[in-house]
Amino acid sequence: MSAIAVARELPAGVHPAPTSFWRKYVFSLDHKMIGKQYMFYALFMLVIGGLLATLVRWQLAWPGRPIGFMGKLAPEGMPNGVMLPEFYNSLFTMHATIMIFFAIMPILIGAFGNFVVPLQIGARDMAFPTLNMISFWTAVPAAVLIIWSFFVTGGAAQAGWTSYAPLSAVMPKGQTLWLISLLVLGISSLLTAVNLITTTINLRAPGMTFFRLPLTVWALFITAILLLLALPVLSGAMIMLLFDRLLGTTFFLPKGLIISGQALTNAGGGQPLLWQHLFWFFGHPEVYIMILPAMGITSEILPVFARKPIFGYRAMAYSIMGIAGLGWIVWGHHMFMSGMNPILGTTFMISTMVIAVPSAIKVFNWLGTLWGGSIRFTTPMLNALAFVSMFVIGGLSGIFMASTPVDIFIHDTYFIVGHIHYVLFGGSLFGAFAGLYFWYPKMFGRKMSERWGKIHFAFTFVAFNCVFFPMHFLGMRGMQRRIYDYTQYVHLKNLQPMNQFMTIAIFVLGAAQLILVVNFFLSLRRGERVGANPWRSNTLEWQTASPPPHENFHEIPTVYRGPYEYSAPERGADDHWSQNEPPAGRPVTAHG
Amino acid sequence: MTRVAPRGRGIRVAFAALGAAAVPSLASALPFWLRLPENVSTYGGKIDDLFYLILWITGVIFIFVELLLLFFLFRYRHREGRVPRYTHGSNRLEVIWTIVPAVICVVLALLSRRSWAEIKQNMPQGAMNVEVTAEQFAWNIRYPGPDGKLETADDVVTLNQLHFPVGRPLIVTLRSKDVIHSFFLPEFRVKQDAVPGMTTRIWLEATRVGQWEIACAELCGLGHYRMKGFVTVETPEEFERWLAETAREAG
Repeated sequence: MSAIAVARELPAGVHPAPTSFWRKYVFSLDHKMIGKQYMFYALFMLVIGGLLATLVRWQLAWPGRPIGFMGKLAPEGMPNGVMLPEFYNSLFTMHATIMIFFAIMPILIGAFGNFVVPLQIGARDMAFPTLNMISFWTAVPAAVLIIWSFFVTGGAAQAGWTSYAPLSAVMPKGQTLWLISLLVLGISSLLTAVNLITTTINLRAPGMTFFRLPLTVWALFITAILLLLALPVLSGAMIMLLFDRLLGTTFFLPKGLIISGQALTNAGGGQPLLWQHLFWFFGHPEVYIMILPAMGITSEILPVFARKPIFGYRAMAYSIMGIAGLGWIVWGHHMFMSGMNPILGTTFMISTMVIAVPSAIKVFNWLGTLWGGSIRFTTPMLNALAFVSMFVIGGLSGIFMASTPVDIFIHDTYFIVGHIHYVLFGGSLFGAFAGLYFWYPKMFGRKMSERWGKIHFAFTFVAFNCVFFPMHFLGMRGMQRRIYDYTQYVHLKNLQPMNQFMTIAIFVLGAAQLILVVNFFLSLRRGERVGANPWRSNTLEWQTASPPPHENFHEIPTVYRGPYEYSAPERGADDHWSQNEPPAGRPVTAHG
Repeated sequence: MTRVAPRGRGIRVAFAALGAAAVPSLASALPFWLRLPENVSTYGGKIDDLFYLILWITGVIFIFVELLLLFFLFRYRHREGRVPRYTHGSNRLEVIWTIVPAVICVVLALLSRRSWAEIKQNMPQGAMNVEVTAEQFAWNIRYPGPDGKLETADDVVTLNQLHFPVGRPLIVTLRSKDVIHSFFLPEFRVKQDAVPGMTTRIWLEATRVGQWEIACAELCGLGHYRMKGFVTVETPEEFERWLAETAREAG
């Protein structure tokens, strides 16, 4: 920032702008810097998670075919480049763990939550800046631990991201590191959740009532509440599992267990299904933790580029709350085949069917937003539209597994893998890409290249569908998930060509992400410089400089209207109407 | 569904007939790549019918929504001088698109509930019993010996070989020695986790003789992928012969 900015008097209650490198870029208290730190963290882990997925797909396309350089890189898991089954199990376990906890959550909640929420509500920072810094620096050792776990004896965790006990209780050391890493990361997420909730409740600018909040803030606010309530349950379960592994307790170990011919002497009294209940009591809200922020981002971007108000603002806000509420009573649908009482299965089926409704409401309102608009196909808009169209697939495929009898066949098959990737990649990740292209100018004062953004989008969209749509067909043929070599089975053997097609597509998908990386870094220096409001958006973050000054707003703005008042007839040719623009006839200097 | 007044019987019969006629054609109207593999169990057809019903419903919604999206993107693309419609929504539409999906979902849940109860809750009469005990990475299958009872000295035990006669229900009592496994017979539309410390009973009945495979559907360790078994459905006579022979071999 310029010398003038440093010399300027800061308003009371604002922590001073840092001057040293360490305080500015490393141990920063500034929510904008912390948001960027989370973004780099998440994008780095996204690359690792993606590479793991590529290895998984390699094995599925050409089971047992060696990869020369991997023999040197991972001599224990892939001697002479040939993948061992236990290494394969590690790969998909770590792919899911890294993508869910270290990529999707940090980019949606850590990066966009931190960067966007204070700016959109007109605050100078998060409520607890120091806590915010601690939160990020707690997430870093968690990532170090999870990567380190690849290099311990026995390799990384290999019991699946769901880590069902008793398998997870008897696996090698990597599982312990997995547990510790996620416990540490859980602390980080809790701190962020507390911070986001407090910030949204207390630091809204004058006039920013709850029903004038941008939907991104609504989504992140509700997400933070879900995190705060769900994560402690997972942490509790993980501590119990850690005790089972290290201290000889038997929370999840029933009597008479015989592992590899040896009786487990300390086993007794425990119940394996307890882990599943606890895990999914967290795990299902977790699914919404990963999709709600992306829904918020989509709801933010569609009105900006359709140049009209969001359709059904209140319905959108209420459906977020509806999803968040119902999300607590559907966890049993992951356990229809677990041996849980089938009558309980029926109740979970009904609640699961009901939770499809708020999602449907959102899709129809997005369509309503586009109806009668004047649509500009910018890169953020394309990614937001991809979110809508792909989320439809992920949502509809969920109805199959909600039906208990149908789930008998498709449970634990690739149908489920297809479903979650349409929600998490087609949904969350396209939402994250949309947010990245949308807020990049606010973060760095320059736009990413639109042309390369569109090329990245086109390749990603096509390749994504080529990788993940066939998964539904694999599932319909009965191909189980998490299987190292399906060609063992007569009825699955002829699925190899389809698997090869999907693997070739994932190479294209991976290569397309290089375009994003190059575009991201080149645009930092070469991107088109933008003013405060390049997208002509109404929300508060665009009413201050790009990038915003240290204290965000020279004066805290006053809010006069909702966030999506585009193309209001009384504005004539001006199709935008900032939230903080005083109504006509009132003096510009007036304050709430 | 079932609580229809007697007066409605005619309508009910008509609906049932319509349903019976429509459901098989739901499947046959689909291309081969949208169809499930062959089904050889008595209740598998009900699972498949539900699958195809949901496939049709979601398929129609999918095509409708995506076409509408594409149409809007084309019709309302930015053009010089276009004035966007300034509207904040419509309560009537909100009510419609809340109620319609809710009704569809609840009807699907009710339709599913009955088949689910039949498959998982109610055990059939006159069934043959076997015990399947899973372990890393094999299926131990125990048959009643000549006394017709399980857990007695004359039980016959095989590894990975499940034989049973056609035309008679089979009740499988599932257990596990070590970790969770899942007993998956794709062609029979059977899947049930075998959980250590728990006993779970399921049933199935074959519609024809033949040979298929048992798969493990729950990750159970490094040999999970090769935890494979074999199913042989035979005529009752063949089955008796096989059981006697196996008992003699085990000696």
